[in-house]
Amino acid sequence: MSTIIEAPRTPRERSSKGRVNWEKWGWLYMRLSGVLLLILIFGHLFVNLVLGEGIKEIDFAFVAGKYATPFWQWWDVVMLWLAMIHGSNGMRTIVNDYASHRTVRRVLLIGIAAAAIILIVLGTLVVFTFDPCNTFIPADQALTFCPVN
Amino acid sequence: MPNEAASTLTTARSSSKRPAGTLYRGNTGMWSWVLHRITGVSIYFFLLVHVLDTAMIRVSPQAYDAVMSTYKNPIMGLGETALVIAIMFHAFNGIRIILIDFWSKGAKYQRLMFWIVIALWVIGTAGFAPIHLHNVFTEPQ
Ligand code: HEM
Repeated sequence: MSTIIEAPRTPRERSSKGRVNWEKWGWLYMRLSGVLLLILIFGHLFVNLVLGEGIKEIDFAFVAGKYATPFWQWWDVVMLWLAMIHGSNGMRTIVNDYASHRTVRRVLLIGIAAAAIILIVLGTLVVFTFDPCNTFIPADQALTFCPVN
Repeated sequence: MPNEAASTLTTARSSSKRPAGTLYRGNTGMWSWVLHRITGVSIYFFLLVHVLDTAMIRVSPQAYDAVMSTYKNPIMGLGETALVIAIMFHAFNGIRIILIDFWSKGAKYQRLMFWIVIALWVIGTAGFAPIHLHNVFTEPQ
């Protein structure tokens, strides 16, 4: 069987009318999320690593302080969703470029999708169910403002 | 030429055997793509780990502080510096890619924009690296 290689710049033919062009929306998503991620990630790095003592200050109390406000909860969750989907879609492109063996490619793509779903769900739950005075935390490790019984 | 459409792509031949390069073949266009791909993959794998280490916040203060202490050792500190430098390249070059695609003059100025990306990258690194390395290599108060 011979493969037909179309001349460059031949307009793409639609396989059937009215079907969603996912590849186009993925392409657009990479660009839209990229612009938002630039702001979110640079803000994240500035607040966590540049201000004050940077990495030296980061501990449980630091994060508890940030997650006490919905602003930082939403900042982190939006960043998580945008970055996981952007990164996973980028990895999908790269796998499609290099993994020519059908089964290998399929396994890699399923792995990427599974990792994305698991980490997005986990990360979102962590941010929104986080309670700095959670009853699992031993009294001697609790933050000063927590009502320890 | 089997098809008329293809003829729009033929270019004048130069005496050089090497291709002169197009947007993505050879020179800055290709190397920026290579760097964009390598930095994208690196950031992706870090993100997988970073979501997991942050999840320790939901386990206990001790668990979270234990993972964070590993981030504070000098070798990890150098790794974080490299990671932030990689993110800066990916972010600035990402904006260059977006401008090539959406700005009518983007393709024309892609090479100039590449050097602007490199300049911003150097400035960003000069701003970030000394601060972070100072925090990593000095004792906590
Ligand atoms: C900081 C802001 C960011 C910007 C402005 C940005 C921008 C872009 C753009 C425009 C593309 C090209 C997509 C295409 O050619 O269709 C891209 C690809 C990619 N990005 Fe990002 N991105 C950012 C952050 C991230 C993050 C946080 C990750 C990892 C989680 C990531 C991973 C990737 C990967 C793996 C690719 C695919 C590279 C390739 O196909 O060669 N990016 N990015």
